Amino acid sequence: MSQILPLDQLPDPAIALKAVAPDWRSAVRAAAAALEASGSADAAYGERMIAMVEEYGPYIVIAPGLAMAHARPGPDVHAPGVVLVTLAEPVAFGHAHNDPVSVVIGLAATEADQHVASVAALANVFNDESVVPALAAATTRDEVRALLAATGAGSGA
Amino acid sequence: MRNPARRPRVPSRYPEPVKIVAICGAGIGTSEILRINAVRALERLGIDAEVSATDVGSVGVAAADAQVILSSAELVSAIGRTNADVVVIDNYFDLEEITAKLEIAVG
Repeated sequence: MSQILPLDQLPDPAIALKAVAPDWRSAVRAAAAALEASGSADAAYGERMIAMVEEYGPYIVIAPGLAMAHARPGPDVHAPGVVLVTLAEPVAFGHAHNDPVSVVIGLAATEADQHVASVAALANVFNDESVVPALAAATTRDEVRALLAATGAGSGA
Repeated sequence: MRNPARRPRVPSRYPEPVKIVAICGAGIGTSEILRINAVRALERLGIDAEVSATDVGSVGVAAADAQVILSSAELVSAIGRTNADVVVIDNYFDLEEITAKLEIAVG
């Protein structure tokens, strides 16, 4: 099972605010940079996250304004990790319904089953549709942590 | 805890538990979100189902005896031949959408 910290305890390097990303690849690389900064993965993992979209299309844009970048476990992943990046300007990924993206979650796992705990927490947070715009507008990391805590806590559903 | 009023139980057209597979490209992230929210939607509908998450490359095996595959529109073409009903979900966090589409597919 995952050793990923609860979402409201994301360390500073795992949160990047108002990242400048002119296109979707840059947006995914910003998430990769946060995974690298927090010691979770190498830059190569970012290229694999991009390759997932090149192969399958922008399916990682799973809700309006929200992309969840990820790839399979691999040697470029050192520790399970979740990071959150907000974009200075929303970016189109080419998704028919959910563009443009203003928040990118980056997810890395060292084993295929490792995601479960943190991903379940993400499901609790983002079932509230007001969270993506609120995160996009956040100006401090504490604000981001508070948003992840307020909605994620106490939901055992 | 979000627990919207449970609807009257919908009998499924399939023998229960209905087997449902949620897919994504890698099998570690988005399919699990979809799985969790599909379970919540099925609870609302009162349909007994077994929901798993997998990557699109494994879907042939994982969904061999599934009645329903949940997917994003982008991944449909990668699923290949299947007897399962492929249901496309646009917003993985929209329980209304997921519930409505599962009610049509499974109910």
